Amino acid sequence: MGSTNSTLLKIPNVEVLMQETGFSPAHIIRLHDRFKALDKEGRGHLCPHDFGAIKELAMNPIGDRIIGAFFSPGKETVDFHTFVKILAHFRPVDKDRPKEPNSPEPINSRSNKLKFAFQLYDQDKDGKISRDELLQVLRAMLGMQVTDEQLESIADRTIQEADLDRDDTISFEEFRKSLEKINIDHKMSIRFLR
Amino acid sequence: MAFLQHFALLLALIIVFSTSCKAVTLEVGSVEVGYNDSSKSSATEDTSTSINGSTDGHAPSVISTLPIVTWKWHHIETPYLVALWILTCWLCKLVCELNHNVTSVIPESGLLIILGFILGGIIWGADKAQTFKLIPTNFFYYLLPQIILDASYCMPNKLFFSNLGAILIHAIIGTCWNAATVGTALWACYEGGAMGTLNIGPLQFLLFGALISAVDPVAVIAVFEEVHVNEVLYILVFGESLLNDGVTVVLYNVFDAFVSLGGLKINAAEIVKGIVSFFVVAFGGSFLGVVFAILISMLTRVTKNVQVIEAGFIVVLGYLSYLTAEMLSLSAILSITFCGVCCQKYINANMDEKSVTTLRYTLKVMANGSETMIFVFLGVSAIDKNIWVWNTGFILLTIFFVVVFRFIGVFFLNWVLNQSRLIPIDITDQFVMAYGGLRGAVAYGLAALLDEKKIPEKNLMLGTTLIVVYFTVILQGITMKPLVQWLKVKKATHSDLTLNGKMNNRAFEHILTAMEDICGRMGDNWKKKKSVWSYFEDKYVCRLLMKSDARKHKDPIFGAFHKLNLEDATKYVIEGERKGSLAFIRNYDSASVDFKKKLALEYADFITADVSEYDFGIDNNPIPSVSLDIHEQDRKSMPDDLSAHHLLDQHLYKSRRNNCPTYSRSHYNTSENPDEMQEIFQRTMRSRLESFKSAKMGVNPAKKLSKYPKKDSAHKPNGKPADPHRTHPYGDEVEKIPYFMFVSMVSYFSIIITLITAAGVDNPAFIPEMDISPPMRNPPWQTETGNKTAVAPSQRAQGRLPWMPTNLRHLAPLRMSTHSTDAFVMADASLDEEAPEKKPGTHHTRL
Repeated sequence: MGSTNSTLLKIPNVEVLMQETGFSPAHIIRLHDRFKALDKEGRGHLCPHDFGAIKELAMNPIGDRIIGAFFSPGKETVDFHTFVKILAHFRPVDKDRPKEPNSPEPINSRSNKLKFAFQLYDQDKDGKISRDELLQVLRAMLGMQVTDEQLESIADRTIQEADLDRDDTISFEEFRKSLEKINIDHKMSIRFLR
Repeated sequence: MAFLQHFALLLALIIVFSTSCKAVTLEVGSVEVGYNDSSKSSATEDTSTSINGSTDGHAPSVISTLPIVTWKWHHIETPYLVALWILTCWLCKLVCELNHNVTSVIPESGLLIILGFILGGIIWGADKAQTFKLIPTNFFYYLLPQIILDASYCMPNKLFFSNLGAILIHAIIGTCWNAATVGTALWACYEGGAMGTLNIGPLQFLLFGALISAVDPVAVIAVFEEVHVNEVLYILVFGESLLNDGVTVVLYNVFDAFVSLGGLKINAAEIVKGIVSFFVVAFGGSFLGVVFAILISMLTRVTKNVQVIEAGFIVVLGYLSYLTAEMLSLSAILSITFCGVCCQKYINANMDEKSVTTLRYTLKVMANGSETMIFVFLGVSAIDKNIWVWNTGFILLTIFFVVVFRFIGVFFLNWVLNQSRLIPIDITDQFVMAYGGLRGAVAYGLAALLDEKKIPEKNLMLGTTLIVVYFTVILQGITMKPLVQWLKVKKATHSDLTLNGKMNNRAFEHILTAMEDICGRMGDNWKKKKSVWSYFEDKYVCRLLMKSDARKHKDPIFGAFHKLNLEDATKYVIEGERKGSLAFIRNYDSASVDFKKKLALEYADFITADVSEYDFGIDNNPIPSVSLDIHEQDRKSMPDDLSAHHLLDQHLYKSRRNNCPTYSRSHYNTSENPDEMQEIFQRTMRSRLESFKSAKMGVNPAKKLSKYPKKDSAHKPNGKPADPHRTHPYGDEVEKIPYFMFVSMVSYFSIIITLITAAGVDNPAFIPEMDISPPMRNPPWQTETGNKTAVAPSQRAQGRLPWMPTNLRHLAPLRMSTHSTDAFVMADASLDEEAPEKKPGTHHTRL
C-alpha cells in the first residue's frame, strides 16, 4: 500500500484525474507505469512516434487515426492527464455508481464513446463525415479485397443510410442515430479498465 | 386421432382385400385383431419383432389358386406402424399449431405432451394396457441425435465460442452440482424418514440425481425464441442445456457403474477412476466430435461433383460420430454437438449454397419431427399403470430439490462468472436461466434405461422423472413467458443489418485493439487470443478444411453490402409489382424497370433520341401496330454488338424449352426464381386484364384485332404465311422481343405459327397461362451481385435512375413488347442458344 501511495503522489493532481475519469488508484498506477514505459526518453509526455513504436499499433489499419485522437489539434505531445482521459473513454460503464445529478457527463458515457469514434472519421474536424473521409476509413479497413468502385458504392450507401438531412455527409447526430441499436457500452469497453 | 388414422387405413385395406378374395373375409376380422395386437407390441419399436399369431393365420401356406392380391400385413407391420406413428405425431403438431392463441400461452412442447396424454388414454381405453412407449434405445439412437445435430449445426458459432467458458462451467460444474445435491438431499430426507420405506441406497439416489439433472434444450429454447430474450442469455441456456445433456449421460454412466459395483466395493481408487472416466468420456467425446468435424469439412471439399447428396454426408457423418462415440463408450451427445458446432463454418463455405439450404432444412425437418414424437410419446408413456408407484414424499421432494438446487447452482456459478465478465449477467437473467432448467426427454430416457435388477425402485424413479418433466415443461413452460415479460428481461435488440453498424463494429474493434496495445495489454487480452486463433485458423485450419475458392476471405462489410443490395432489389421489385398490379399501363413499365436496372447502368451511354416517342406510344397508343415503327427506330439506335447479345443472354426470359420438365435423378432445375415467376405472372395477369377490359368496354377491339394482320404482313415478305388462327392477343403475354433479334426471329416464325396452331387455343383468356413459366435466366440483381466485380449501387444510391433518360432507353424493348404481339419471342430466346434445327414437334411437347 505504501508503494501505491507513493506512486500516486508522484502524479500531479491525481485526485482530480480520478474524479474525472472514474479510474481507481490501481488503474492510475497501471496506466502510469505504462505511460512511463511508452515514454522512453523520460520527457513526461508522449509524442506520436512513441505511439508509433508500439508494434501492434502499426499493424492496425486505423492505427494512425487512433494515435491522432490522442493529440488535440496543433499539439505535438500528450501528457499523462490527457492520456488517461482518452483511455477513460473505454472504461466500462458502471451501473452501480449512483448518478449524481449535477456531475458532468462522465467521459465513458455512450455519447462520449461515440464522439471518440466519430472524430476518427472526421479528420477535418468540421463535425461531419464527408464521403471522402468515409472512403478513406473504408479503404483502410477493407483493404485490398474490394475494388475502388465497390468501395465507393459502399461509401455512398453508408452515407445514404445514415444521412437524414440529405446533405451527403454524416453529422454526429446522424452518426449517433445510425448506431442507436448497437450496444456501444459493450463494443467500446475494455474489461481491464473496469 | 391415431385410431382414426389407423381405422381409415385399415378400412381401405380391407376393402381392397375383400374385393379381391371374398373367401377370406372371416380372416379379415382376425387380421383386425392381429393388427391391434401387433400395433401394441411394436409401435415405435423399430427393432421389435412382431409377435402376433393371428396375422400369420391369414396367409395360407398352400394355395389352391393364384391369388391376385394378398394381405401381407405382417410383412410391413413394423415400418408401417412406425410411419403411422410418425404421421400421428406430426398431425398432433399440426393440431397444436392450429390455434396460435393457445400456443402463445402454453408452449408447444407442453401441448404435445397433453395431446400425448389423450392418445395414450385412447390406447389405454382400447387395449387396457400401455403398449406404446418411448423406448430408450429408440430415443437415444434414432430420435435424439438429429435434434442435437440440428441444434449444434445451427448454433450461433461466434456467440457460442465467446461464451464457451460460462457455458462449460454451467454445463459441467452446474450439472455435477445438481446431481450431487439433489441425490444427497433426497437421500438425507429418506434417512430422515420423509418417504417411508424404500429400497433405495445412497448410490441409487445419486444416480437418480444425475439423471434428473438433464436440462432439456428443446422446451426452453422454444420459449426463449418466442419471447426473444437477449442473445447472451439465450446462448447460455441453449449451450448449457445442450452440453448438459452430454454431461448428464456421462455422469449417469459413472453412477450406474458405481451402483453395479455396489457400495461395498467402492473405495478411493474407484472414486478416482470414476472422476477420471468422467473427464475421459466427456472430453474424449468432444474430441471425437472435433475429429469428425474435420473429416466432414475435408470431405465437403471434394463433394462438388455429387452435389445432390452433399448434404446427406453431413447427416450421415454426424450420426456416425454419435454412434462411434457410443461404441467407444464416450459421450455421444458431446461428440455430435462438437461435430456440428465445429464443422458448420467450413461446410457452409465448402458446400454449394443450395446444399447448405438443403442441409438446414433437412436437419430442421428431422429435428422437429423427432422432437414432436418425443413429446407426444412423453405424454403417451404416462398412461401406464405399471410405472406409477406413488410416493408423495419422494415426488414432492424431488421437484422441490430440483428447482431449489438449480437456482442455487445457477446463482452461485453466475456470481463466480460475473467476477470476470465484462458485461455481468444481471439478476433477472440469472433468474430466468435458473427457471429455464426444464427437464425433458433425456431424463426420461435415462430413467427408462435403469436396470430393474439393480434398482428395485425403478418405476418410482421413472414415474417421478415423468412428473418432474411434466411439472417443468408444462408448468414452468407456461409461466416462463409471463415471467420473462414481468421481469423485463432484456430482449434481444433486433439489429437491422446496416452498413453503418457493420462498419462501425469493425472500427470499434480496431479502436479497442489499438487501445489495448496502447495500454500494453494489461490484464486479460481476449482480443489477442482471438486474433491468434483467427491467424492460426486462416493460416492452417482453413487451408486444410476449406476449398481454395471458398477460402477467399469475404469481408463482412462487403457481405453486408451485398445482402442489402439483394434486399433492396427484392423490395424494389415487389414494390413495382404492387404498383403495377393496380395501374397496369403506366406503372407496369416502372415495375419492369427494376429488372432492367442493370441494363440501364451498363448501357447508360446508349442514349436514344426517341424517348418521347416511346412515351407517346405507351400513353396514348397501346396498340402494337405502332410498335413496328418503334422497332424500326430502335434498330437504328441500338448498336448490334456483342455486348447487346450478352445483355440479352443475361436478361431475356428463358423460353420454356430450356425449362422443360424432364426428370433427372440427380439434378433438378433450379433456375426458376420465384420472383421472376411472380413478375411474369403479374405481367400476364395485367395484360389479360387489359385485353379483357378493352373487350368489355369496347375501347378498341378493332384495333386489337387489326394488329395481327399488320404484324403478319410485316413478316410475310420472308415467305412465311400468316396463320389464320393467330388472331388472339397472344403476344400481349409474351416476353419482350428485342427488336434487333427481329430478323433472326422471322426465320423461325413458322415454327411458332405451327406451335400456336398446335396449341389450338383460341380463347385469349387461356393463352396467358402458358407464358407464366418461362423465367428470366438471370435476374439483374443476381448478376450484379453474383459476380463480385460488378457492384451496382444500392437502390437508394440509384433512386432516381428509373426516370433518367438513360433508363428510358432501356425501357424501350420492354415497352414495345408489352404492346406488340410477337408470339415468336418464345422461340427466339431458346433458339438463341439451342441448335436451330429443332423440329416444331419438340415445341409441341413444351406447350
